[in-house]
Amino acid sequence: MIKKLAKYVGKYKKYAIMTPIQVILETFLEISIPLIMADLIDKGIDAGDMGVITKYGSILLFVAFLAMLFGVGAGRTAPMGSAGFAKNLREAMFSKVQGYSFTSIDKFSTGSIVTRLTTDVTNVQQAFQMITRIAIRAPFMLIFALGAAFTINAKLALVFVTVLPVLGIGIFLIMSRVHPIFEKVFRTYDRLNNVVQENLYGMRVVKSFNRQDYETEKFTDISGSIYKDFSKAEKTMAFMGPIMQFSMYTCVLLIAWFGARMIVASGNNELLGLTTGQLMSMITYTTQILMSLMMISMIFMMMIMARASARRIVEILDEESEIQNPAEPVFEVADGSVDFENVSFRYARELDDDPDDEDGDNAPETEAPTKKVLKNINIHIKSGQTVGILGGTGSSKSSLVQLIPRLYDVTEGCVKVGGVDVRDYDIETLRNQVAMVLQKNVLFSGTIKENLRWGNEHATDEEIRHACHVACADEFIDKFEDGYDTYIEQGGANVSGGQKQRLCIARALLKKPKILILDDSTSAVDMKTDAIIRQAFAEEMADTTKIIIAQRIASVQDSDLIIVLDDGKIEGMGTHDELMVSSKIYREVYDSQNKVTEDEKGGADNE
Amino acid sequence: MSRGPMPGPRGGGRQMYSGAKLDTATAARVLTYLKPYRIRMIFVVICILVSSLASVASSLFMRGLIDDYIAPLLLEASPVYTGLLQAITTMACIFAAGIFSSYFYNRTMAVVAQNILKDVRDQMFEHMQTLPVSYFDQRTHGEVMSHYTNDTDTLRQMISQSLPNLFSSVISMAAVFVSMIHLSIWLTLVTLAFTGLVLIIMKKLAGKSSTYFVKQQESLADINGYIEEMINGLKVVKVFCHEEKAQENFDEKNESLRDSWTRANILANIIMPLMGNLGYVLYVVIAIVGGFMGIAGVPNLSVMGEPTVTLGTIASFLILSRNFINPITQVSQQLNSVIMAMAGASRIFKLLDEPGEEDHGTVTLVNAHKAEDGTLTECKEHTGTWAWKDGEELVEVRGKINLTEVDFGYVDDVMVLHDITVYAEPGQKVALVGATGAGKTTITNLINRFYDIDDGKILYDGIEINRIRKEDLRRSLGVVLQDVNLFTGTVMENIRYGKLDATDEECIAAAKLVNADGFIRMLPKGYNTILEGDGSGLSQGQRQLISIARAAVADPPVMILDEATSSIDTRTESIVQRGMDNLMHGRTVFVIAHRLSTVQNSDVIMVMENGRIIERGDHNRLIEEKGKYYQLYMGAFELE
Repeated sequence: MIKKLAKYVGKYKKYAIMTPIQVILETFLEISIPLIMADLIDKGIDAGDMGVITKYGSILLFVAFLAMLFGVGAGRTAPMGSAGFAKNLREAMFSKVQGYSFTSIDKFSTGSIVTRLTTDVTNVQQAFQMITRIAIRAPFMLIFALGAAFTINAKLALVFVTVLPVLGIGIFLIMSRVHPIFEKVFRTYDRLNNVVQENLYGMRVVKSFNRQDYETEKFTDISGSIYKDFSKAEKTMAFMGPIMQFSMYTCVLLIAWFGARMIVASGNNELLGLTTGQLMSMITYTTQILMSLMMISMIFMMMIMARASARRIVEILDEESEIQNPAEPVFEVADGSVDFENVSFRYARELDDDPDDEDGDNAPETEAPTKKVLKNINIHIKSGQTVGILGGTGSSKSSLVQLIPRLYDVTEGCVKVGGVDVRDYDIETLRNQVAMVLQKNVLFSGTIKENLRWGNEHATDEEIRHACHVACADEFIDKFEDGYDTYIEQGGANVSGGQKQRLCIARALLKKPKILILDDSTSAVDMKTDAIIRQAFAEEMADTTKIIIAQRIASVQDSDLIIVLDDGKIEGMGTHDELMVSSKIYREVYDSQNKVTEDEKGGADNE
Repeated sequence: MSRGPMPGPRGGGRQMYSGAKLDTATAARVLTYLKPYRIRMIFVVICILVSSLASVASSLFMRGLIDDYIAPLLLEASPVYTGLLQAITTMACIFAAGIFSSYFYNRTMAVVAQNILKDVRDQMFEHMQTLPVSYFDQRTHGEVMSHYTNDTDTLRQMISQSLPNLFSSVISMAAVFVSMIHLSIWLTLVTLAFTGLVLIIMKKLAGKSSTYFVKQQESLADINGYIEEMINGLKVVKVFCHEEKAQENFDEKNESLRDSWTRANILANIIMPLMGNLGYVLYVVIAIVGGFMGIAGVPNLSVMGEPTVTLGTIASFLILSRNFINPITQVSQQLNSVIMAMAGASRIFKLLDEPGEEDHGTVTLVNAHKAEDGTLTECKEHTGTWAWKDGEELVEVRGKINLTEVDFGYVDDVMVLHDITVYAEPGQKVALVGATGAGKTTITNLINRFYDIDDGKILYDGIEINRIRKEDLRRSLGVVLQDVNLFTGTVMENIRYGKLDATDEECIAAAKLVNADGFIRMLPKGYNTILEGDGSGLSQGQRQLISIARAAVADPPVMILDEATSSIDTRTESIVQRGMDNLMHGRTVFVIAHRLSTVQNSDVIMVMENGRIIERGDHNRLIEEKGKYYQLYMGAFELE
């Protein structure tokens, strides 16, 4: 996993390498400083030699200056490396996700992709910076300081050898006790946030049912359990500081005791034993040695946390889109004919959590092999025909049409556009010729014009106006103060459902496709406008094959071909009149939507 | 401790270093939270004092060790170590005291912090429940959520870590300072001068760093927003082959984030090595100055009155000077986190200070027993008959709702309802029809008093609704909304939400009444299937059915159905509709719909336009009138 991520350091590699080198140098210098200090005290101050004091003072300043240079250098290169790494990682992930097939998008769900691209990358980035600086610094500090201590006086340094394991075991015990509690607390946090979120969304429900107290109780329960667990963890964590202090004070006292005896025994002579200056250095090393051990344990904790994020990132990067361009792609779509030949299809995973999909109706099954949502479909659509598709919730209407622009690949059989298997086309060529207005459609933040230009980057104002006219969008756009420059907020929050749908249709029209698919795209548009749009389609786009999924019979009644789907199978296929005779479902739907006509002449319901 | 994945991509936004001043009013209010722990706090203060002094003692000890023990011992022929041993034992005791107090204050503060956090969270949530709907209209969910995540988190940091550290750093510095004057005033002055220099440099760096952090935060928000939008619209991006373009924009934002992140962190990173090594400069300066003074025999000026600077004095002073300068970096970092926490706290307090829904209603809803002669008596058990209790007087709840000349605007001077008059007789079905923004939902929001009217009158069984206690008013109104909100829990629990003391049988009966029983039994665990994430495993129609069952189990005399079936396909709708017809039977019902088929059989249909009722009457009459309704019905006009 680390190897996989490491390659994204890319051109920032030099920073990633420079940082640890500088850190090591800095650490080394830092460790040598107490040694110089010892000399300064022993040979300078102790001996009362001003020349020596200045000499060692200058050396000390020089070393400190170098240490600072390296420290500052590492402080600069570390973020350069980690930010660069994060940038590359984000870029790679984003680009990877852009290449995902719909199957992969379904697999991760959008929310989880967003979290992986944001929070998880930030976590890994922080960890990366920590690793290049602290994770290098701490062990080196430990080794250098121990080394220095042993050079000064091996016997005295044995104090560390005895105390270090005690501290190590102490920290380990605390960590291993606390870690699972924190894991649990974080999960409880999620529950807490979930309650708050549900309350925010369901505020009116809570108020309508007077469930404020009930909700508060629910919340208090969870916050109580956070309190309980967190207190427990914190009580254990409270040992951390004291254990550290205990180890440190023990070292200080032991070193003071044995050190003093050694100094006295040797007569403050370096060669015979120990000097006062060296004693002071030993005390300084005590702090450095113990602190670095504590650092190491902290880094360990952090790595464990970052590991989960890293794993989630790698999952994104490892996901291979199963929809790939063929080796020798076809770049020309001959016409708008569509043929389904013995098509069967199943999703890689049960789409139980995807409410915008037709199959949201399936009972949530876990781990169950997915069932075929399309079975043995044979349809032949001639170029320029208008085709209506009807069917209840869960009849796989959307699944059927999504196979045409190769958003998913068939499981069995084949789908042909212009007489060529869709899998043989260059994907971009295919999708440019097959315009699809999705059921759950999205506008992006930007002006109306910018949104429409998604369909064709180089569309002239004239073309845009025309597309909007066909989609009956011009009538309301013209009423906007800023017309086509009206700013659409994220998700199209400032236009109504019907307006959004018409803008999405106009956007698709700008592609001038050979095949146009509307997946229930006029559900929020009223009957009359719906009819006008269909009329315009027939007049303006006679050569374009139009495939329309609808809930209303009226929307498909005049089609050249109507397909009635039921549970992934074709229940009926033909014109309106034929289906009224041959299809039970069609008749049923027709009756239910037209029962008003029994006493009133005219339209069905109004949406 | 990092919080792991934050809910929602924007929730993760960290507060930046701010150069803002400490808000004293907020600080004082935070302190009131510590009040219940007064005694513990005194204990904590003592413990911090002891522990800080112990650490100061450890540096003083070195001086004593060298000057008082090692130096004299060196002169003796046969050194006796008992004195040293005693001194070390004394030190051990001081250290032990330090260790214990450090454990106690760490532990106490952590627990106190958790206690306070729980109080704050609970208070926030409880208060949030009382806030009027308008409060939430003005804020995004993310904004409110961040009070529970980021803001409380900074508060925790501050109480359990920053405050004790800050306090102990200040005490240490003070103690070290006192020890320094004890040893030598001259050297202390040198140290102070140097400290001033360090502070100036640090202030400069911190100021610069904070501007970069603001920039970093902005780029982060920008890219997160872009990611959110593009990933949510990913299928559209793919359908339009817009991948390259999206990547281009992304790369641009990505590069700008890298840039600002790098700049901000470089500054933050270099403070430590800079300060740390500047400390050595002080060290050398003191060694030289002290050495010079010692050798030249410059008279020392010190509280202790030692005539000259001894070796031990310099050695101690060297350690002390480091102990003095090191906490400064710490203090500055802690101060930053305190300021951040104060900003968080002030946001929390703002939520807590937000005025809750006002309710001056005194009329309550009670179960009643109706005698043969029509007289009502209050009773405890559910009788199916409800009464308004106004003082001693009981009025039967019949579900008659009259709006008379009601005007209303969500914000002052933008009126959305004008002169609305609606009479709903008991048991009638009243339909509101009109385009989005015509004011249909607003009317229902006024009836259940999510908002209060600006002018006019709303009477419920002859009682003005603002005289009725909100809780009782809402209890008498069942609501089914277009956007279904279910809660995490089993299907059964979700139905029971309508009436908390409903038995399983009652819940199932309600589900049967509204035709929800069938599909619920088909779920993997039937009524015990756990719904998560707003019931995302279910289809829109199924979720809607559960919400209708939830309203049914409450069994209210009046129902409000706001676009309850508009996002359901027509085949499913007929099932839901049958469920609703069962539910509506015998109740006063307000129906908002834009599918005219759902409202045709209403007793009264109100056609609304721009906040006014432009037509009223039953279906046949409205068709005869050949007005707007007729046109709508014939599909000549558009409703949105």
